[in-house]
Amino acid sequence: MAKEIPYQKVVDTVAKLCIDANCLIGDDIINAFKNGLKIEESPTGKEILNQLIENAEIAKREMIPACQDTGFAVVFLELGSGVKITGGELFDAINAGVAKGYKEGYLRKSIVADPLRRKNTGDNTPAVIHTEIVPGDNLKITVAPKGGGSENMSEVKMLTPAAGAEGIKNFVVDRVLRSKANPCPPIIVGVGIGGTFEKVCYLAKKALLREIGSVHPDPFYAEMEKDLLERINKTGIGPQGFGGRVTALAVFIETYPCHIASMPCAVNINCHAARHKTAIL
Amino acid sequence: MPVKKITTPLTDATVKDLKAGDSVLITGIIYTGRDSAHKRLVETLQKGEKLPVDLKGQIIYYVGPAPAKPGYPIGPAGPTTSERMDPYTPTLLAYGMKGMIGKGNRSTEVIEALKKYTGVYFAAVGGAAALIAKRIKKCETVAYEDLGPEAIMKLEVFDFPVVVVNDCYGNDLYEEGMKKYRQI
Repeated sequence: MAKEIPYQKVVDTVAKLCIDANCLIGDDIINAFKNGLKIEESPTGKEILNQLIENAEIAKREMIPACQDTGFAVVFLELGSGVKITGGELFDAINAGVAKGYKEGYLRKSIVADPLRRKNTGDNTPAVIHTEIVPGDNLKITVAPKGGGSENMSEVKMLTPAAGAEGIKNFVVDRVLRSKANPCPPIIVGVGIGGTFEKVCYLAKKALLREIGSVHPDPFYAEMEKDLLERINKTGIGPQGFGGRVTALAVFIETYPCHIASMPCAVNINCHAARHKTAIL
Repeated sequence: MPVKKITTPLTDATVKDLKAGDSVLITGIIYTGRDSAHKRLVETLQKGEKLPVDLKGQIIYYVGPAPAKPGYPIGPAGPTTSERMDPYTPTLLAYGMKGMIGKGNRSTEVIEALKKYTGVYFAAVGGAAALIAKRIKKCETVAYEDLGPEAIMKLEVFDFPVVVVNDCYGNDLYEEGMKKYRQI
């Protein structure tokens, strides 16, 4: 027997997740700012980190967005095969929830209906929805609003196997170097490796959902994440690009099997406001 | 760290006193403007027509605020990426605009125009939008209302925190700051 979840429950959950993600900066990020204060050598860099901590406190206290760019609503679904949505379609419920959350939470509407004719849709819909069908009877919803400034600094490259780990690392560090101050450092770097052209971008985006401080389960990639973070923090870009040690708070890697001829790599850069909230229905 | 306090509109003397890396607090009136508003402003000047707001001596802040909650003068209002305004900026500096607030690197043309016309480019802290909004006391739409969040607004600010990135001497904080701390 399928577990039934009412349409309106999905709408209300998504609306709340949109608001919470934008107003409540995660404790892992605030801790990362505080740890950054210990290693940052630049006085301006320290001042920036302090401002970001204060900014997160104001946003939480007053339930206002931490950043005015409240993003594209990127929604990750893990849909249990035993779940049935009653009273409407799942994707309609997600979009209705985004519209409700962005209206009731005083979030900015940043989506235009057509990439060239650019008329604002007025309610921040449609969401970008990624769905995985999983065993079980739960619906896990993660809302991850994504800002435009850092998204514009992201890139995919179809590397070949000969490039090896060093080729991957050089591409990632070079992408950060070329981004300089634009993605609002300190940044979080999502790296996808493997799969196909489209899959690798999804991996890089999904990598951004990890909690700062978490260690990759595969020691090989855990080491690569550590090495990349060290190299990125030697670039000197620093908080806001004004120069300093804390350029990135974390590097997260997601991988997938790939073709014998290929080694795609995607870098998805997130600003310091790495916003994501999850609910399980 | 010493902080310089300035008031708008800016004079050449004020601009000349600012150096890349300075922390600055701005008090007075500043104007908002981003992509579409810039396009219109420059088209107006190219046609030889009058601007809807006089930008001589003024600062433009690149921002698209979130909606204001009831009781707030403005919603969270951090800077947006400046490079998108680069194609329009030299024309506005030539007209007499003195300063800009945004985030991220500027083009060589903009940096040259800052030297030629004695202008200054400041960065505000990207993502510190809730904090920044606390320094904005009043907000009123003054032109291009049809552009919605991209309309030109007049902001009354008090001790608005910025850092000088490009001064009128050709210095660039992004270049110099990064060089100072670079280890690879």
